[in-house]
This record gives sequence, structure tokens and C-alpha cells, in this order.
Amino acid sequence: MNYNWNWGIFLAQVPTGETTYLGWLLSGLQMTVMLSLSAWVLALALGSIVGVLRTVPVKWLAGFAAAYVELFRNIPLLVQLFIWYFVLPEILPGGTAFKQINPVAQQFLASMVCLAFFTSARVAEQVRAGINSLPRGQKNAGLALGFTLPQTYRHVMVPMAFRIIVPPLTSEFLNIFKNSAVCSTIGLLELAAQGRQLVDYTAQAYESFIAVTVLYLLINMVVMAVMRQVEKRTRVPGYIGAK
Amino acid sequence: MYEYDWSSIPGALPYLWEGMKVSLEITFVAIVAGIVWGTLLAMMRLSNLGPLSWFAAGYVNLFRSVPLVMVLLWFFLIVPQFLRAVLGLDPTTDTRLASAMVGFALFEAAYYSEIIRAGIQSVPKGQVAAAYALGMTYGQAMRLVILPQAFRNMVPLLLTQAIILFQDTSLVYVSALADFFGAAYKVGERDGRLVELLLFAGAVYFVICYSASYVVKRLHQGNGS
Repeated sequence: MNYNWNWGIFLAQVPTGETTYLGWLLSGLQMTVMLSLSAWVLALALGSIVGVLRTVPVKWLAGFAAAYVELFRNIPLLVQLFIWYFVLPEILPGGTAFKQINPVAQQFLASMVCLAFFTSARVAEQVRAGINSLPRGQKNAGLALGFTLPQTYRHVMVPMAFRIIVPPLTSEFLNIFKNSAVCSTIGLLELAAQGRQLVDYTAQAYESFIAVTVLYLLINMVVMAVMRQVEKRTRVPGYIGAK
Repeated sequence: MYEYDWSSIPGALPYLWEGMKVSLEITFVAIVAGIVWGTLLAMMRLSNLGPLSWFAAGYVNLFRSVPLVMVLLWFFLIVPQFLRAVLGLDPTTDTRLASAMVGFALFEAAYYSEIIRAGIQSVPKGQVAAAYALGMTYGQAMRLVILPQAFRNMVPLLLTQAIILFQDTSLVYVSALADFFGAAYKVGERDGRLVELLLFAGAVYFVICYSASYVVKRLHQGNGS
């Protein structure tokens, strides 16, 4: 194989001249981080609600939550993304308004909402597992102290459950960054898409893909380091892994 | 309101089925190759030989840290060049299916190896000791005692991973390879009926994956575990 390595390509100007190819990658990195973080906040909120609902002793609420989880877990992410981006604006009443906003904002919103719902189903499963893993006595103790059921959830069970499920939530948090690469398929210029664009313009495929891969590894390491601190601070004394 | 028109689906069914066959082929090859390579990786990871164990750990961590889309792009870049260089293939040969299969197999092996490692570690230590006490070699102990028990414990997890893998095959879209989703998208674009075709594709994936995960759940409960 005779491939011409050219690592200097990252410092070369892009055809429009306003930045370097490295600038493209960094703007992609920024988009990936913004997208993943905003989707994660939404996913955590939605997932907590749905996860709690799965455990409540109200049949139709638990059934609704179960259906929600099955729906978002059994359709591929790519298909969900295309449905959010291409289908829903056509068939929902507010769709015309959506199609009039800035195209980049459209791609970002569709990607964010899609990743949020997709991940929320997984977060919900972890929250449910966390709540179910609590000893029965915790709930009964709450109720015996005169808390209503919602109060018991709010003050006793949910705070405990969240402290237990930090490790599996970390892996969902890592997944959302990786899954955000799928959003390059609707044209959102996040990290993977910038990498491909760089290949299209310069034909330096190896340098570009290596750089993008390294940036993803970097995101991974930073997230793990942050979550390790969170885990340390939230560990429940007396549980496995606690000191 | 949007006017639905589902009429382009019946005529496109044979083409969609061709696409589904591609999806299933990739899934099947990736499961088989992924489990075989994943088992080897898990055994390396658990071995006492430093370099082997480091290699397996590095491999698994690398593949688990990088998005699948990125892995597929890598393989669509490397595999065709590799095949051409080694087998002397004509540059016009379509290597996208082979690239997708290699990419998925190597990627999924990292995930399978973690499941299998946990499975091997779930076998009680006494079993290993008993096998060695009977005079078995490492290979015999693994093949006859540990792996059969480990795999029995892992079946539900391996099947769940297979369902995830089947969903992930839709990502070969990045190479314009016509798997089931790619085929549905192409038909939708050709007939200007993207809305109907995408909803149809979503429904088909949902029915398949939901039924499969229901079966896995029943199997799991049937095991009494």
C-alpha cells in the first residue's frame, strides 16, 4: 500500500478559508458534546419519571411506562432518528412551523429529542432496577412514618435508587456520546460527520479517522473520570463498592 | 393533514425482503464470528499471560469506546483495500457486504467477550479445581467443564445482545448498502413516500425485536433462573 501520510493537513486552511481542518474537527467535537449533554439531561429527567412509574402500584400507569420502554427499545436508533426528522414534521400539526426554522436547528432538535427518548427508555430500566433492588422495609418505613406514597418515593426510594445505579448510568452516559454519531446521517455536522467531510475534501482518510477516533476516546476518558468522582461521592455506606 | 398512501409498499415487498436477507445475513455472521472471537478474547483476558491479557483488554476497551458508525467507516475504508491487496480483487468488486460483516463481527466480539468473561467468572472456582484434579489440561477443562456451564448461564444475555446487533445492522446505511432499512429508505425516496416507508420499517423492526425479546424472556423464566 502506498498511502501518502500528511499530518500537516489539520493545519491547512479549508477551501472557504475561514478556519483550518482542525477547526472543523473541533467544531464537530463541540457539537457532539453539546448534543449529548443536552440529550442526557432530558433523558435523565424522562427516564426517571418513566422508571418510577414502572414501579408504582397503579396498573395503567405501570402499563403505560412498560409500553414506553418497549417502544423505544425495540426500534433501531437510526430508524427512530429518521422518524423524528423526516416523518413527524410531516404528520404532526406543528410540523410546518418546525420546517421553517433554521435547518441546523432542525437537525439539532430532532437529534436531541431522538437521543433523549432513546436513552430515557434505558435510564428508566436502570431506575426501575434500582428501586426494585431496595429492601422492602425502606418503602414500608416511609409509609409507617406517615409519608404518602409520592413522598416516600420523593424522599426515600428515589434518592437511594439513584445512588445505587450510578455505575450503570455511567455506561448509558458513555453510550449517548457514542450514539450521537448516528446523527451524522441526517446531516448534523457533529464529530463523525466532520471527519467524513474532511475525507471528502482532502482524501486523507486515515489521518482524519484516527483524529476522530482519538477524540471519541478522549470524550470517553473524561466522562469516566467525572463519573468516577460522582460515584465516589454518592456511594452508599454499607453497600458493595462502598468504603 | 397528511394524506397517507401505503400503495407503494405491496409492490416493493420482494425488494424489501432482499434487504431483510442482507440484514439477517450480517446479523448471523456477526453473531457466530463475534461469539467465537469473543470467547477467545475472554479467555485471553482471564489468562495469566500478561501480553495476551493486555491485548484483550486493550481491544475490548478500544472497540467499546468508539461509536459503531465510526467503526463501520473504518472498515469500509480498510477492508476493501486489504482485500484488493491480498486477494488481488478487481477494484470494482463490491466489497461493502464483506466489509460490513467484518466490521460488525470485530465490533460485536468486544461486547460478546465481556458477556462471556462474566459467564466464565460465574462458574464456581471448585469446578475448575475439580477439572484439574481429574488431570484435565487447561483446554480440556475449558472445553468440557467451564465453557458449557458458562454458556448455559449466558444464553439470555447473548440473545439480548443478538437483538441489539440486529437493530444495529441498520447502520450499514452509512455505506449505502441496501439492508432492510436501506431498501425501505430507497423505495420511500423513489416513490416520494418516505413517511409511509419509514413508519413501515419502524413497525417491522418493532414486531421482530419485541417478539424476539419476549421469547428470550420466556426462555429465561423457563430456566427457573
